[in-house]
Amino acid sequence: MLLIHCPYCDAARPELEFRYGGEAHVARPADPATVSDEAWAQYLYFRANPRGLHAERWRHIHGCGRFFNALRDTVSDRFVAVYEAGAPRPDAAETKR
Amino acid sequence: MSEARAANPTPPTPAFPDDAEASLQSVGAAARFVLRGETPAARLAGEALGVAAPGRINRAEAAGLRAMLRLGPDEWLLVADGEAPAGLAGSLAQALDGTPHSLVDVSARQVGFVLDGRLAARLISAGCPLDLRDGAFPVGAATRTIFLKAEIVLWRRAAQTWRLEVWRSFAPYLIGHLAEARRGAADL
Repeated sequence: MLLIHCPYCDAARPELEFRYGGEAHVARPADPATVSDEAWAQYLYFRANPRGLHAERWRHIHGCGRFFNALRDTVSDRFVAVYEAGAPRPDAAETKR
Repeated sequence: MSEARAANPTPPTPAFPDDAEASLQSVGAAARFVLRGETPAARLAGEALGVAAPGRINRAEAAGLRAMLRLGPDEWLLVADGEAPAGLAGSLAQALDGTPHSLVDVSARQVGFVLDGRLAARLISAGCPLDLRDGAFPVGAATRTIFLKAEIVLWRRAAQTWRLEVWRSFAPYLIGHLAEARRGAADL
């Protein structure tokens, strides 16, 4: 079973306790009324879907209940880094092991 | 309907062979609260309860039949076995007055069981993917987790004694699968 390290529990926990939350760092435009339709559609519907490192949100719903962010390699499914919600995305170079 | 809930009817009786290797007992009626707030709120609630608020996440502190389980960074489960929720709710609300918090009575939402015996951890492992060995889940550890498709709160009270809290409607499911695991572990 895939083990995910929860930054709040500070422990490796089974994947079944988690829910996937989509791409991380997608900021809602501060003033939607002034945003063009294209930009709004971009915010609503378009995601990076990269092959390789992907910053994404996870929720430890059957545990501490918290959302956090993770840097996962979409090819190998390996979690390279986990960090608390609100923290900036760690530099990929830093996290290379 | 609210009256029926407030009465906190007797939890389902575990249909479980009671033997020296593993026994499953219902803890009966208990007062339970979910406290959300920062650490000062937990400290005040702990003082009102007579229990030291657990400082670390996924740990529990107990004093007599009362206990506090820290389930998340800002979430505590307060349990008082055999007590009525009304009296405790008053004293907790009084202690927490003026401190930002949320206190919810969940006494009738869930039921508690004590699973005891040499095979106890093995039976839980039949449905729970957590590492339950001493190093990873020592005595005093408590966490919300899953048992097959049911969400449970798991608390290790002693080396071979486990407390399980489960939402009421999931109780027959949990009991049934533990009994099934007990049959499967008969030769161990």
